[in-house]
Amino acid sequence: MSTQDGSGGGGNPWGGGGNSGGGNNPGPDVEDIVRQGQDRLKSMIPGGSPKGIIIIAIAVLAGLGAWTSYYTVPSDSVAVVQRFGAYLKEVPPGLHFKLPLGVDDATIVPVKRQLKQEFGFTTPGARDPYQRSRTRNGARESQKLETQMVTGDLNAALVEWVVQYRISEPVKFLFEVREPSETLRYVSESVMREVVGDRTVDEVITIGRQEIETEALTKMQALSTKYAMGISIDQVQLKNINPPEPVQDSFNEVNQAQQEKEKLINEARRDYNKVIPLAEGEKDQRIREADGYRLKRINEAQGDVARFTALFAEYTKAPEVTLRRIYIETLQEVMPAIRSKVIVDEATRGILPFLNLDSQNLGAQQAGTPKKERP
Amino acid sequence: MNRFIQIALLVVFGITTFVAMSSTYTVNEVEQVIITQFGKPIGEPVTTAGLKVKVPFVQEVNPIDKRILEWDGNPSDMPTKDKLYISVDLFARWRITDPLQYFLRLRDERSAQSRLDDILGSETRNAVAKHELIEIIRTTKNRVPLRDALLTDAEKDLKMGLLVPIQKGRKLVEEEIFTAAAEKVRVFGIELLDIRFKRINYNESVRPKIYDRMISERRQIAERFLSEGNGEAARIRGNRVRDLNKAQSEAYRQVEEIRGVADAKASEIYAKAYNQSPQSVGFYEFTRTMQSYKSIIGENTTLVLSTGSDLFKFLKKMAPDGVTVPASSARGK
Repeated sequence: MSTQDGSGGGGNPWGGGGNSGGGNNPGPDVEDIVRQGQDRLKSMIPGGSPKGIIIIAIAVLAGLGAWTSYYTVPSDSVAVVQRFGAYLKEVPPGLHFKLPLGVDDATIVPVKRQLKQEFGFTTPGARDPYQRSRTRNGARESQKLETQMVTGDLNAALVEWVVQYRISEPVKFLFEVREPSETLRYVSESVMREVVGDRTVDEVITIGRQEIETEALTKMQALSTKYAMGISIDQVQLKNINPPEPVQDSFNEVNQAQQEKEKLINEARRDYNKVIPLAEGEKDQRIREADGYRLKRINEAQGDVARFTALFAEYTKAPEVTLRRIYIETLQEVMPAIRSKVIVDEATRGILPFLNLDSQNLGAQQAGTPKKERP
Repeated sequence: MNRFIQIALLVVFGITTFVAMSSTYTVNEVEQVIITQFGKPIGEPVTTAGLKVKVPFVQEVNPIDKRILEWDGNPSDMPTKDKLYISVDLFARWRITDPLQYFLRLRDERSAQSRLDDILGSETRNAVAKHELIEIIRTTKNRVPLRDALLTDAEKDLKMGLLVPIQKGRKLVEEEIFTAAAEKVRVFGIELLDIRFKRINYNESVRPKIYDRMISERRQIAERFLSEGNGEAARIRGNRVRDLNKAQSEAYRQVEEIRGVADAKASEIYAKAYNQSPQSVGFYEFTRTMQSYKSIIGENTTLVLSTGSDLFKFLKKMAPDGVTVPASSARGK
């Protein structure tokens, strides 16, 4: 009997919707209720006759029969009806009648509802007991065990995932496998480890997520078909995937180092970009300036030469006069600017000692020296 | 009298109901039934579901599950061939194919489960001890892992991002356990359908070492990145100095070349004009000297001139004579 009770409870992930296990042997329940009812009635009617007791018993039986002869199937479910334990029919949603008092037994199976199982974490408030892992030694501990995996390069990783499924064949779901939902959990864990075991830690944590989801889904679907659980798996979604806690820091270090590398390179590029285009520009500037110098030199030379040639042409016509004119004009131009001019007689000798050259030199040094260098 | 009949009827009714209830039984879709008489099995097991009849009181109903049943092993620690302690958790699916045998040998499921615990537990230990850890981790022999394009350089050198090679793989090890165990459980009327590794994990004592290895691997990669970054940055800085010098020296060279060409060209132009005849050489010298006076002689120049100079000769006498060469008597200081 213990197995029967276990199966009855286990086959109903939606919790208390049907009463499949009780269908086998409904006697004790009904008898208990009847007996209780009789006891209560007897105490209510002291000294009642046996006839009265019979009538009351029949009335109670009739009431019980009426009460257990109908059931409603919600719109997202179907009901599987068993008569004396044998499979009878599948019933669509709506109000339905059955033979009472445990002859017929209807189990409601939510075929249209999207069910899910979570591995490594739990969404609080879930009513489906198979959505989370069975807690053998504390919820936290069993979740931790669920996520721990060994990768194909013998590293460790923590993987969290979700399996979305539906009950596609209620008859198979109820009658083929004893614990279809729990079996699905086993299958899911086994397949996920198989898939992760074939991958490197980098694939698992970063680049291979998509591939893992697809491969795990394919393998789980194949197994659930092979196991004839009446379950169809729609999706496998990976949630958080982390390296084990003690290693996480070093994984972050790699990320940081990667960022640091980029930073170092960018900074060097920044320095380069700050200097080189400027230097190129300055180079062009200097070349252009030199070009300017070239043009200037040539033009000036040509100008000078033109002037000279013109003057020379006139000079050759009257050399002496031209020379004198130029000489006198030049001196006329130069002389007025000179502050101290000394004109001595041709015959005078030894005049130099009388000139106060020192003071004039001093003045020249103080104010005028740079002017001598004026072009 | 009337009252006696009533009570008698009630008693008969009660007895009839009781006999009727104990002479019928239902067989659920998910089970099969063995009828025992004083504890001894009678006839063939009933495998079809529905309402059945038996001898009341004497015969007893023993339901046995017909569905596929699960076996969930407890995680147990065991060493692999490479002496690594791992914790292995298995699950299996099985079915009672010979209910009579099963009933005689095991009687109930609890003893069946414990027998499976023993058999599968020992077969698992045998198989695990015969293989290296990687053989039960990996499945596909020839899988080439994906590699992150960013990591490739660093990792190729470090031999990372590669899978450890295997000879057999998880599937074959599972099969070995399955084949050995299936044989042994058959005598109990049980058919083992399959077994699979559910969880394989490093034992608590091994874990720190594994983590240390992972950390050192990651550190290697991190250092590699840093040094790659520094190296590349140094390269760029080198480029910077090189390109800067290149630009500056090229500029210098071109500037000097251009200036040289310019100076040469100017010289050529001057020479060509001034050198056309001896007369022009003399005239150039004269005009150029005159021109230079304008800049040489300034405000602070002290000029001592004699009356013999060309400019002041008229201070002493008026008559102009034919002086041909002026200059020379003017002295700048």
